[in-house]
Amino acid sequence: MSMPVLEVSNLSVAIRGLGDRTHAIKGIDLTVGANEIVCVVGESGSGKSVTAQSVMGLLPKGLMKVESGSIRLQGDELTTKTDAQLRAIRGERMAMVFQEPMTALNPVERVGDQIAEVLEIHTDLDAKGRRARVLDIMRAVHLPDPEHMIDAYPHQLSGGQRQRIMIAAALVLDPALLIADEPTTALDVTTQAQILKLIREMQERKKTGVLFITHDFGVVSEIADRVVVMQMGSIVEQGPRDEVLRRPREAYTKMLMASVPSMTPPKRPVVTGAVTLEAQGLFKTYGKRSFWQPKARVVNAVNDVSLTVRRGETLGIVGESGSGKSTVARCVARLIDPTAGAVKIEGTDIAHLKEAEFRPVRRRVQIVFQDPYRSLNPRRTVGEAIIEGPMNYGLSRHEAIQRARDLMTTVHLSPDALDRYPHQFSGGQRQRICIARALAMEPVLLIGDEPVSALDVSVQAQVLKLLDEVRRKFDLAVLFITHDLRVAAQVCDRIAVMQKGVIVEQGTTVEVFANPQHAYTRALFDAAPGRHQEFGSGATA
Amino acid sequence: MAAGATSAPQGVSRPPSAVAMALRHPGVIVGGIVVLVVVLMGLLAPLLGTIDPSSINPAARNRVPGAEFTMRTDTGERIRMTALFGTDSLGRDIYSRTIYGARVSLLVGVAVASLSVLIGLAIGLVAGFFRWLDAVVMRIMDGLMAIPAILLAIAMVSLFRAGVLTVILAIVVPEIPRVVRLVRSIVLSVREEPYVEAAVTLGTPTGKLLWRHVLPNTIAPLIVQGTFICASAILVEAILSFLGIGVPPEVPTWGNIMAEGRQVFSLYPHNIIYPGIFLAVTILAVNVLGDGLRDTLDPKMAKRV
Repeated sequence: MSMPVLEVSNLSVAIRGLGDRTHAIKGIDLTVGANEIVCVVGESGSGKSVTAQSVMGLLPKGLMKVESGSIRLQGDELTTKTDAQLRAIRGERMAMVFQEPMTALNPVERVGDQIAEVLEIHTDLDAKGRRARVLDIMRAVHLPDPEHMIDAYPHQLSGGQRQRIMIAAALVLDPALLIADEPTTALDVTTQAQILKLIREMQERKKTGVLFITHDFGVVSEIADRVVVMQMGSIVEQGPRDEVLRRPREAYTKMLMASVPSMTPPKRPVVTGAVTLEAQGLFKTYGKRSFWQPKARVVNAVNDVSLTVRRGETLGIVGESGSGKSTVARCVARLIDPTAGAVKIEGTDIAHLKEAEFRPVRRRVQIVFQDPYRSLNPRRTVGEAIIEGPMNYGLSRHEAIQRARDLMTTVHLSPDALDRYPHQFSGGQRQRICIARALAMEPVLLIGDEPVSALDVSVQAQVLKLLDEVRRKFDLAVLFITHDLRVAAQVCDRIAVMQKGVIVEQGTTVEVFANPQHAYTRALFDAAPGRHQEFGSGATA
Repeated sequence: MAAGATSAPQGVSRPPSAVAMALRHPGVIVGGIVVLVVVLMGLLAPLLGTIDPSSINPAARNRVPGAEFTMRTDTGERIRMTALFGTDSLGRDIYSRTIYGARVSLLVGVAVASLSVLIGLAIGLVAGFFRWLDAVVMRIMDGLMAIPAILLAIAMVSLFRAGVLTVILAIVVPEIPRVVRLVRSIVLSVREEPYVEAAVTLGTPTGKLLWRHVLPNTIAPLIVQGTFICASAILVEAILSFLGIGVPPEVPTWGNIMAEGRQVFSLYPHNIIYPGIFLAVTILAVNVLGDGLRDTLDPKMAKRV
């Protein structure tokens, strides 16, 4: 057997500081062979990114350092190398692609020059030779019109094209090892599918070894040859993809895979409650052409959207970034004013009410936001956060606190935790608190704007379960915004698919998943990673 | 099943106190101690072996530091004393004048810093939160910013009478726009935070919303900005006094003492050197204190990883 490209053995990385953990990773062993894609999968805090950083020699200085163990690249020990030696190796023999293509590229340098920089440092090619090599690699990653694009700036490219540039820069010297740290997490699902295909293709071209870091089991099933599952800095399980995904041995792996929502929507009874939300012909337009600016850019963020949600029903709005799904949510909650159209909450049109007239209705529409770390004021206790709304509407402090205590029990948190501050809670707990805060207003419509997108998959499952519980308990109408088809499949009675501000398809979840009518809906389903792999409760049952 | 919250660490009740962290920063410690000493010096001036800073002693003009001279008190007694910093061309004791001079400097520094921060905070909150007011308010601020403090002071002194209040107003007006810009930029980013939007959906009235959720974010940067304004105000006051358009000459201020020593500087440099040292050390200390506070209080500027 030939020598592995990367061999990590008994590697431990110590964290310096006052945290509750002394080690980011502890005694891990893994190998990446030539022509092999190894996926490291785990939840946040599992140490998967630290693993990638320690291989690259990019651990944050003064905060973490390799304590013991060895990292060998094609048999060459990396842990004892000096910074200068590592610099010579990085780019030439190993390279990295980052998560955020927006920030990983220098915004004021032409993309061609950013790829050429690698050549400038590591080769003796002259400017002409460098340009030829850059054009070659840009063609190889299927960038359209490379002769033209080589002189473009990053902001002129789409997210997917930027990630292609990053991959081109990483692979221009044909390194033996490519490390990809969540390279598709910031991308839309259709773009993600293309980038995954590209990484596979590029890897086969020069038999590159790939260490692929991800939190998404769907992505794992698309791209991995072998899978390494990490938890709390240790490796739980590793093996060939089909073995790990089909017959996971460890309880943790089984739990993670059971938490991934299934793509098959369950049959749900038709909801026939009274109509709570009715939006008709909703428009939100940004920019206006006027006499002074006859050529101003006009964007129809929401274009003639009509939808209804009944009591006890969950309507999902599914779409990629920029589709206008969040704008719909914010118009319904009147965080922004719609340009035209009607938003009826229990029959009252709130779209153009004055603030004073709208006030009594405002409490009836509550929203849970995506980012649990920014949804709560860090300077105020969670108790103060929950009682703020009811007290605005005239409840006494005493009654409000009583209601807050009851709600903490409803969301499965201890009522005694009310006097704690948000930073003392985990992301999932904070999202429960946000749900309690919304429920304290006794809403009829609850809007979830990607409420589980920032959470780990195991926590995500718990929060989704909680949302379903409170919907039943309080007979709520729920408007659920998500980009994740798996989540939509599991929680929504009906779904509306949005593209560029327009609802292209609307129907019951079962119908839409079984028989998508619109080409865009079909494209979305085709791009969903791991659609052939059965996850969720079905996998372990 | 109330398993959730129990995993949070016990015994922690608040985010790590910024005040405690600030008190460990060397800049804050050194700057703070020096400022404290200057403040005490100003407050306790009568107890520090000083005489009336405006008493004129024509018999003891232009004495060098350390010279002894005799002076007559109000009751007619004659006492002998040493002029630590020498005397000026009217025979006034420079040591006493310098110590008393700290009072005016600190008064101007603190008053300008507090007034400009308070007024700037109010305007900045409004300009940042109500978008329709923003353009109007900020253009007015741009206009104010174009007025140099010294020219404004000259204009105001010619309109009203020279005095501490005029000086303070003249320095406050051009400082306000700088505070407004700072506060506005913070408000513009904080108003997009989901917790502010959540408060909107909870029906929190705008005033309460600004007070509870927006204003606390401005405090740390404002304390930092306030110390820098304080240092610059002390300096501008000294410049105005030196130019003779500030506090009336009978009131001892560091700028006044230096202004009067100017004519005889080549013969008796102590007239300018001693108040100059106090001025320089005070401003340095306030700036070092401000730098230290910025490092610990302002997360954007912090050196933490």
